[in-house]
Amino acid sequence: MAEFLSLHDAVARYVEDGATVAMEGFTHLIPFAAGHEIIRQSKRDLTLIRMTPDLIYDQLIGAGCVKKLIFSWGGNPGVGSLHRLRDAVEKGYPCKVEILEHSHATMACAYEAGAAGLPLAVLRGYIGSDLPKVNDQIKFIECPFTGERLAAVPSIRPDVSVIHAQRADRKGNVLVEGIIGVQKEAVLAAKHSIVTVEEIVDDLGATPNACVIPGWAIDAIAVAEKGAYPSYAHGYYPRNNRFYKEWDAIARDRDAFNDWLKTNVFEAGGES
Amino acid sequence: MSNYTSAEMMTVTAARALENGTTCFVGIGLPSEAANLARLTHAPDVVLIYESGTLQTKPDVLPLSIGDGELCETALTTVSVPEMFRYWLQGGKVDVGFLGTAQIDRYCNLNTTLIGDYTAPKVRLPGGGGAPEIATNAGEVFITLKHSKRTFVSEVDFVTTLGFGRDGKGRDGVPNIGKGPTRVITDLCVMRPDPDTKELVVTSLHPGVTAEQVQEATGWEIRFADQLETTPEPSDRELEVLRELKARTDRHHSGEDA
Repeated sequence: MAEFLSLHDAVARYVEDGATVAMEGFTHLIPFAAGHEIIRQSKRDLTLIRMTPDLIYDQLIGAGCVKKLIFSWGGNPGVGSLHRLRDAVEKGYPCKVEILEHSHATMACAYEAGAAGLPLAVLRGYIGSDLPKVNDQIKFIECPFTGERLAAVPSIRPDVSVIHAQRADRKGNVLVEGIIGVQKEAVLAAKHSIVTVEEIVDDLGATPNACVIPGWAIDAIAVAEKGAYPSYAHGYYPRNNRFYKEWDAIARDRDAFNDWLKTNVFEAGGES
Repeated sequence: MSNYTSAEMMTVTAARALENGTTCFVGIGLPSEAANLARLTHAPDVVLIYESGTLQTKPDVLPLSIGDGELCETALTTVSVPEMFRYWLQGGKVDVGFLGTAQIDRYCNLNTTLIGDYTAPKVRLPGGGGAPEIATNAGEVFITLKHSKRTFVSEVDFVTTLGFGRDGKGRDGVPNIGKGPTRVITDLCVMRPDPDTKELVVTSLHPGVTAEQVQEATGWEIRFADQLETTPEPSDRELEVLRELKARTDRHHSGEDA
């Protein structure tokens, strides 16, 4: 049953050093507030999983929280590179980050397989691609019925998944609206889950087929108003595209990044 | 109309490649610009799908990211990302995958992973994203990018996404695979793979562009079709709609806006 915790306490309880953590949200509802809390608590040696690392993982990597990244598209959407990711991969700053890369289709299937309790995901993928040569987690199997050669990857089963959603009701049931990405799969695939929400309401106002995650399938709910900013929360606030563009200059320079981190994350507090 | 840029020529030509009623899985950037221009001009019933799960979307401004709110708000419906890749793409519901790339070679293999060696990259690029499976699961693939020696290389450093393989035979005998790239549209010309060898052949030069210019911007000795055509110029309406779309988009993305 979901427990209502402060963001500080939720992260302190469920995100351990060395854990495998998935923070999802496909461009939309990216759990930035939770990411910043992980940085403030100086978590280390995390294996981070995320289809599109985006600025949130650039920040976690630059802050030195990460030892390994599993991803499928590592850029600043519409802008360019993730410079903290590149600095870590290319120059080992602030620490060396190992990468394991997939395609989107694979990551999506691997989350789904994790949610389904399966050990692997099977898809018609990676045909002719060099990715299997550099990722030993990609194998090919033969369909026992047709003989077709198909790609297989291990399912994703994070120690903890963290997502942001629009709202929860007082029993901890969560409504996700808009671009729902792989959030539901990420929560159901994980041993533990933290969901940050914009607000707690009496009634979710969900339509019959809405994407609702029951409170009993979630470990912790934390209120984090504007918790997805500078990404967006459908129905609450828009994406700050300007910040995504400004991030390029901040992240390009180690000092500019560290100053940004100090002012906007470490000194920005968070609650305790 | 005689006043247009080579970038506009590229977008208009890429847009014209999409027929009305086609279901198109759209990559971000140039493909998205071209696909939406098609929708706003000759192909009002083109179905645009983005990997964020937005199905049959009709954005008023071009998305900066693949998951902008605009895509969801104007979509017929928005599905989860696993559903998008499994049911809609892998399930065979997509006619055309429209992709951009950082590098392309003579057999249309695409590299969006890195320049240099994998373990010590000179330049690390974003990676595969949706492209590896879009290129094999869509009925066919259109590619659009700017023409230069940096992008058109004899052999890509890394095959992120299959065109026709290093030898042009990468799709031979593979079951349940799409036709692959059928045209490549740049700011200089249109290319198509040779039906037999799959090597790219220039089939149409944009107005005012010479074969020498294309060769100069290509990292291998590129072939030209015997019947080399001249690409039709953009119409006034196409240019007007494209410029309005881009102006709207610029205004939109300069603010704190989704």
